[in-house]
Amino acid sequence: MTTTALNTNNSDNPYLPFLSEIIDVIKHTEIEYTFKMTYSGAVKPGQFFEVSLPKFGEAPISVSGIGDGTVDLTIRKVGKVTDEIFENYIGDTLFLRGPYGNGFDIANYKGKEIILVAGGTGLSPVKGIVDYFSAHPDDCKSFTLLVGFKSPNDVLFKKDFEEWEKNLNVIMTVDTPVDGYCGKCGLVTQYIPDIPIKNSDQAVGIVVGPPMMMKCTITELFNVGFKEANIWISQERKMCCGIGKCGHCKIDDTYICLDGPVFNYTKGKFLKD
Amino acid sequence: MGYHTTPEKMNAIFSDLSKDYLIYAPKRFVGDGTFTDIDTIRYGEITDLAEIEFAEKSDYSFKEVLLPISETLFYFTENEMKEADPPKKGAIVFLRSCDLHGLKRMDTIYLENGAVDTYYKRLRDQTKFILIGCENSFDNCFCVSMGTQKSDDYDAYIKVDGQTVLVDSHWDVLDTALAGQAPAPVTPDSVTANDTVVTIPETVPQTLFDAPFWEDYGNRCIACGRCNFVCPTCTCFTMQDIFYTDNGKAGERRRVWASCHVDGYTDMAGGHAFRNDKGQRMRFKVMHKVNDYKRRFGSHMCIGCGRCDDVCPEYISFANCINKLNDLVNDTVKEEN
Repeated sequence: MTTTALNTNNSDNPYLPFLSEIIDVIKHTEIEYTFKMTYSGAVKPGQFFEVSLPKFGEAPISVSGIGDGTVDLTIRKVGKVTDEIFENYIGDTLFLRGPYGNGFDIANYKGKEIILVAGGTGLSPVKGIVDYFSAHPDDCKSFTLLVGFKSPNDVLFKKDFEEWEKNLNVIMTVDTPVDGYCGKCGLVTQYIPDIPIKNSDQAVGIVVGPPMMMKCTITELFNVGFKEANIWISQERKMCCGIGKCGHCKIDDTYICLDGPVFNYTKGKFLKD
Repeated sequence: MGYHTTPEKMNAIFSDLSKDYLIYAPKRFVGDGTFTDIDTIRYGEITDLAEIEFAEKSDYSFKEVLLPISETLFYFTENEMKEADPPKKGAIVFLRSCDLHGLKRMDTIYLENGAVDTYYKRLRDQTKFILIGCENSFDNCFCVSMGTQKSDDYDAYIKVDGQTVLVDSHWDVLDTALAGQAPAPVTPDSVTANDTVVTIPETVPQTLFDAPFWEDYGNRCIACGRCNFVCPTCTCFTMQDIFYTDNGKAGERRRVWASCHVDGYTDMAGGHAFRNDKGQRMRFKVMHKVNDYKRRFGSHMCIGCGRCDDVCPEYISFANCINKLNDLVNDTVKEEN
């Protein structure tokens, strides 16, 4: 690995990235890979890094896993910057800066009945929460992971699902099945009423995904008795700088990069772009 | 302290200061406007007070001195990034009271909201601000409504009155240079009224975000972003990497001005965008300028210079929009009661 002074820089320039080595690449689908990157420092699920490659720019990518001296970044090949990242392999390096944002605070969910609903790549920012309760199932009363993907070919973290199914109630559904698929179909919302919850007014809901999926899921959680204050969401926006300057992620008086991306729904419901 | 001096003396002082400072002021660029035979007034370097356009409002603000339209942040090769060097000289900026209030808005975003911006701070720390007085209000100005018609936190105030230059200095370097000149009390010219008056609604219910009111702007706005680019308080940017054609592995990371009215502002990887409707972009900007910025930072963002109204090719008036929004809010409150 080529090292530069950047790895130990003392600069107070908040835009200066550091080099991070690619330790592993996990291919989920044709267009979605997880890059395991070297990073030692405090980081929480739901936080994000600005990932850059010189010549192409920066993109905000949420942390999809936290290891010992590593973070996972799950990247979908859909933009100019992310296309270029896919040309990189184990041993190569990427420039990162961050982590940014508030992230999810696991302490808010301990000892509770939890329903976590994720749509597609929305699973990335909450995967750290699933990993935690999968490893510490006694830290909550119950944990249901409800995830929707477009099709069986779009399923992310297949290996992790095998692990999660041991300790958690896992429901995976796809919008569009393909031949030979024998799992669940349909929208995530239709599975919510059947999730066993003892005290829905105490239970916690965590919802991350496309805007419409989040809206419908939250409505359904209300229908089964969830309280606004017990629902948490994470907002995906175009965060160019990550430090409250560039303006692209601002909604009302809120900067998603500084105040979010994780919000309690009592605040999150007022965020209108 | 105040002084009366001569243009020759003042120019000699600026000549000395130019060893350490670039001096920026509004200048008339003859024939450089959008249309034939139309001048434009924008910021440029000066060496003589006679080059400054004191009589008219500048079309563009001073902000490009502290926030260049395109600013290189880093030079990079494959595995190294080098911070761009700071400018070798500081800056002296001539500006009006409203713009000096605009500076506070820039400070708030770049120095207080989140981490301190290294690039802004290093320019800001080396910049001195010289106030230009306003003897009369210009078209579309509404500084009095915004409370920005007066400033006292300038480094100096300068007024050229024929062969006399009136100076009020808050800057020791200038005081030293003016030692021996006739002391005299100098009070900056400022206006007490504008033709344009705005009334800002205290609160705007979120239900009005989707009001048909905004559709008018959706139909007229062409998303050119000029209102953002002339605004001294619009500070948004986009990161941009460029690479050299002779060496594709080396290049620069820059930030360039961005506009919430222009397509692409909210585009995310994959193509999803927010506020595709131009009326909603107007709503977003208006709410930022006279509502949500104040809720976060304590003062309105808009400083009432009226440049957005001056520049809009579709004759959209921001000032009228605020007043119409105020009426709409009042009507809505009445209906509810």
